[in-house]
Amino acid sequence: MEPPLVSRLPATVARTARMKIVSAIGPTVVAAGLIWAILQPYRVTLLHPRGQGFWWLVIEPPLLVAGAGVVFALLVARPLLADLEEHDAAAR
Amino acid sequence: MQPHAEMIHWAFAAGILLVGLCLLCEAVVGQEVWRMRPWRKYLWPGLAFVLGVLLWPVMAFFTNSSIHMYAHGSWAEVLMLAGGAELGLVHGRLHSPLWRLTWPLAFVVTGTAFIVHEQNPWFFARSAFLHHLLGWTFIVAAIFPLLLVWRPRSAVLQAGFALMIVTVSVMLFSDRDVAPIFGHLSSLAGTPHR
Repeated sequence: MEPPLVSRLPATVARTARMKIVSAIGPTVVAAGLIWAILQPYRVTLLHPRGQGFWWLVIEPPLLVAGAGVVFALLVARPLLADLEEHDAAAR
Repeated sequence: MQPHAEMIHWAFAAGILLVGLCLLCEAVVGQEVWRMRPWRKYLWPGLAFVLGVLLWPVMAFFTNSSIHMYAHGSWAEVLMLAGGAELGLVHGRLHSPLWRLTWPLAFVVTGTAFIVHEQNPWFFARSAFLHHLLGWTFIVAAIFPLLLVWRPRSAVLQAGFALMIVTVSVMLFSDRDVAPIFGHLSSLAGTPHR
């Protein structure tokens, strides 16, 4: 059985690394979506909605990326970080 | 009222991105921590299963050709099978690890369907390029879920599997119905939208 990705490092370093990775994933994805929106503002049809059809206003790729990041950070990463802390505290 | 094909690709890309991020987190924290909350173990297999279910309306409404229907229908079947098998395994209803062979099967079927249902050459337009690229990516990356059948706790394989799923979502987000690829766009492809 192989240990999780970062646990071959010393225990404290591995713990910190895991925490950092899990807490960074959501914001990184959100940042990627926002950077995409800045680089290609024409992909965000909400910025120029006149004359756009329903689907063009609903499905906007940079916002979908940012939205996925927000959903992940709030619904998955946040409780996972709490569990990770609890697990590490129990192991100490 | 029907959305463009590219919009469907983007919507699925968002779902696939969430699956990839969950898999990545599981690889980082380990299965023990990931499964500390009962709902979390069902998260990515459930998402995969739902994506499979959602492929059925895609099959029904995007009937450009028979081959499109076969491709979307076969994806729906194999994704539901793999997602369902994973749900059965994490719930404890299924016991044989060989059920995880449904993932490499899903990847190979998906990859083949991507390649077969794209009837234009690589540099016809961006969508054609991405269909070929996605197809070959799925076929080559089937090695990750295949090896995971025998080494299910390998963090490297889990991370490889997760990053491959994230890569697929990036490719789907890059898709446009009519757009150039590396400066190439066939005159037969149509007029690009913004």
